[in-house]
Amino acid sequence: MTMDVNQLRAKLCEHQSAMFHQGFLDDQFSQLQNLQDESTPDFVLEVVTMFFDDSENLIKNMARCLEQVPADFKQIDAYAHQYKGSSASVGAARVKSVCANFRPFCETKNLDGCMECLQQLQHEYSLLKNHLQYLFKLQKDIKAGGGSFS
Amino acid sequence: MDTDAVVSFDHVSPEDSHEVHVLAVDDSLVDRKVIERLLKISACKGFFLDGKIAVTAVDSGIRALQFLGLDEQRRTSESDGFVPSLKVDLIITDYCMPEMTGYELLKKIKESSMFREIPVVIMSSENVLPRIDRCLEEGAEDFIVKPVKLSDVKRLKGYMTTKEVKVGSHDRGSGVEINNKRKLEEEEETSDMSSSPPSISTLSSSPSVSSPSSSPTSSPTVLASPIRRLKMSTTD
Repeated sequence: MTMDVNQLRAKLCEHQSAMFHQGFLDDQFSQLQNLQDESTPDFVLEVVTMFFDDSENLIKNMARCLEQVPADFKQIDAYAHQYKGSSASVGAARVKSVCANFRPFCETKNLDGCMECLQQLQHEYSLLKNHLQYLFKLQKDIKAGGGSFS
Repeated sequence: MDTDAVVSFDHVSPEDSHEVHVLAVDDSLVDRKVIERLLKISACKGFFLDGKIAVTAVDSGIRALQFLGLDEQRRTSESDGFVPSLKVDLIITDYCMPEMTGYELLKKIKESSMFREIPVVIMSSENVLPRIDRCLEEGAEDFIVKPVKLSDVKRLKGYMTTKEVKVGSHDRGSGVEINNKRKLEEEEETSDMSSSPPSISTLSSSPSVSSPSSSPTSSPTVLASPIRRLKMSTTD
C-alpha cells in the first residue's frame, strides 16, 4: 500500500517539526540541510551516517573504559568531549547535552555517575537514530514517488 | 578511527591562479565533511573569488605539515605521491586534536619562513578566552566557535591571500570583534551575522600585509571591549 506523495510530505513535515520541537535536533541540523542541493543530494544522509558510525564507536569505547578496573576516567572524558563535538556539528542536541554531563563525573571519578550517563547516552542515541532513519525513509519514499522536499 | 578517507583532496592545478585552495585540519570525520561542504558552498555562492575552490582535508596536524612539506621526516619530495608546494591560501584547523593541537600546528606554520604568510583560522568547541587570546597572539587570523556555520565561513573571504585579495590587519580587528560579538549573540539565537568586514574591494592589491591602517572599525579599544564583555558572559 503506497501513500501518495502529498501525504508523505505532510508526514515528513510533521516528523521533522516534532524532532526539533522535542529537542532532538537543533539549528545546526537545519544548517546542514541548507548545505544540501542538487549537486549533493545525499549530503545530510552522508554526514548523519558518518555520525552514526562515530557514535557507535565512541559509545563502545566509553563502555570499555568503564569496565576497566580502575576505570579510565580521563579517557572517558576525552571520548565524551569528542562525541559532544560531533553531535554539536550535526545538530544532535539531546545527545550533545548528555555528553556534557560526563565531565563533572569524570572529574570526581564517579563511576556510578558515568555509568548512568552512558546509559542515558545510549538511550538518546538510539532514539535519535530511529527518528532520523524514519526521516530519511520518508524522504526516500517521496523521491521514489516522483516528489521532492525542500 | 577509520583509516580510509583520512585525506581527501581535490585536484589543484597550478594554472588555476584564481582558484582558492584551503587546507582543513580536523580529527573528526564528521567535522571534516561539514567544513569541506561549507567551504565549497561558500565558493559557489560567490563568497570567494571566482567561485573556484579546492579543499584538502586532513585528519591531523602532522598530516597537515606533511602536506605542506614541513615535516621533519621528509628528505625528498618525489616518488611518494607528494605534490610539492601547492599554494595554500588558508588553513583552517581544529584546536583539540590528539598528538598535535591546532595551536601547535599554528606555531609551526608561523615559525616557517615559507608558510608563515598563510592565514590560519582556529576552530574550537570551547569558548575559552585564554585559548582564543593565545591563538590570536600566535598569529591566528580568527577563532571560530564550533559548530561551524555558513556565516562563519563567509567571514573567511577576508583572510584569503590570493593576489586579488590582500587584507591589512584591520580585518583581524573586525574579525575578532565580530566573532566575539557572535559568541555573545549565540545565547539569544539571532540570525546569521549580516555584518561582515568592510568591503574588501576598497583595499589596494599590494602584496604585503600592512600594519594597521587608520580604519574606523579597528582600534585598541574596539578590540578590548568585546573581550571584556566576553569575560562576563557565561562559558561552557
